Amino acid sequence: MPELIVNDRPQQVAAGISVAAALARLGHGTVRISVGGAPRAPLCGMGVCQECRVRIDGRLQLACQTVVRDGMRISLETLLGQGGQG
Amino acid sequence: MSVALNRECDLLIVGAGPAGLAAALEAAPSGARIVILDDNPRPGGQIWRDGPGVRLPRAARRLRSRVAAAANIEILCGARVVAACPPKALLIEMPEGGALVSCTKLILCTGARERLLPFPGWTLPGVTGAGGLQALIKGGLDVAGERVVVAGSGPLLLAGAATARTAGAKVLQIAEQAGREALVRFGRGLWRWPGKALQALRLWSPVYRAGSHVFEALGDQRLEAVRIRSADAVLEIACDRLACGFGLIPNTQLGELLGCAIVNGAIAVDALQATSIADCYAAGECTGFGGSELALVEGRIAGLAASGQPARAAGLAPQRERWRRFAAALERAFVLDPVLRTLPTPDTLVCRCEDVPYAALAGCRDWVEAKLASRCGMGACQGRTCGAAVEFLFGWSPPAPRPPLFPVRTETLLRLADRRHSPPARPAEPGR
Repeated sequence: MPELIVNDRPQQVAAGISVAAALARLGHGTVRISVGGAPRAPLCGMGVCQECRVRIDGRLQLACQTVVRDGMRISLETLLGQGGQG
Repeated sequence: MSVALNRECDLLIVGAGPAGLAAALEAAPSGARIVILDDNPRPGGQIWRDGPGVRLPRAARRLRSRVAAAANIEILCGARVVAACPPKALLIEMPEGGALVSCTKLILCTGARERLLPFPGWTLPGVTGAGGLQALIKGGLDVAGERVVVAGSGPLLLAGAATARTAGAKVLQIAEQAGREALVRFGRGLWRWPGKALQALRLWSPVYRAGSHVFEALGDQRLEAVRIRSADAVLEIACDRLACGFGLIPNTQLGELLGCAIVNGAIAVDALQATSIADCYAAGECTGFGGSELALVEGRIAGLAASGQPARAAGLAPQRERWRRFAAALERAFVLDPVLRTLPTPDTLVCRCEDVPYAALAGCRDWVEAKLASRCGMGACQGRTCGAAVEFLFGWSPPAPRPPLFPVRTETLLRLADRRHSPPARPAEPGR
């Protein structure tokens, strides 16, 4: 099983799934904070809406169109005081 | 380093869904060097989206394996078109880097996206498109045991609900905004497309409710419940997910950028699927919504026409006509109820990238004024989501696409300097 490093925490996920699916399975219901400070999550699932953009290995990429890879580092924005589990 | 990623080909196909794959397969025997681009990690488009545990229909598996077996077809997945570089090249971005793909002929099979309409609470995590939820599940999203409400309009609701159910979700309600009479009329005409009638029966669900729509999603940091209105009742349903989409809209951005004529929101094509610009064809949903059967036959016609076989292409016209009639029947049945325009409240966000509320747009005359006043449509999705919503809400024409078509890395833009046909630009700076 590939290991992702999400906000510096290593976690194992199923092979072949999307980063969007992996983040949801790991309890990250929120993947992004909007310009107005609200929690957001994947919406269109097909690379159009950009709601699922997260920093993967240092670059903003779409979680719904990226397949998990061993060693991938993902950093999520977090709401104040919520430790990224929003 | 990334000059190696550049490609030259005879036929470039944008989109590896049914239309793009069918086009490639028909053009392959001509010996043309064919490249297919797709921004998803795997070929198949939306309807044949592949993923872990996905069992593709036989037709999809057969088409994909035939394309894979053709030595002169190369598929580049995870490749997003960023800009057009006349003459006849596209700038693309792949995970490995940017590249220029130059071609002699081009077929646009850019598909469609969901029409997502704003209502209070639609930005809450847990709310997705209807096809959106389907796509996420195919990518491995675990919805087992979750309570799902499906809403919006069109046949995708039933398909999305079926995918969620198969994945172990409890589908509590499917709220179709189209009225019962329109659907009954549509159902009565389905005998003309027996395969579709069977599909409708197979997907039918006892929780399907015509003439109803979601008007509010409730929750604090995440979706907790939805409110649904029908002619005689208002219902509040506690749920974990709302999958809500209001039909499909053609992805015309690349066609527009290339200068293709757009008619009724779709890329205009002639009898051979040729667009209004030379050596450029279009097939599938980007030429108007119609489903995979129409996309397949349009793709075949485009592939034959683009590889110098116009007579064989013309022979497929009757098949295309049959599926165009089906598309027209769908369009008549699932017309959007104007009441959906009244769903947003003044503080409902319309543009989710820039968090622009309905109230900031309601007084504007058009897109230009709205953009200047509020940044509506100027965020990461470049108006793909709110543009279609605002067109429905206010009747404003969506903003014309501009390059880059997507947020892009600077290194990708630097590839523009590789253009063969342009006079040699400044020599590359050492150390870059």
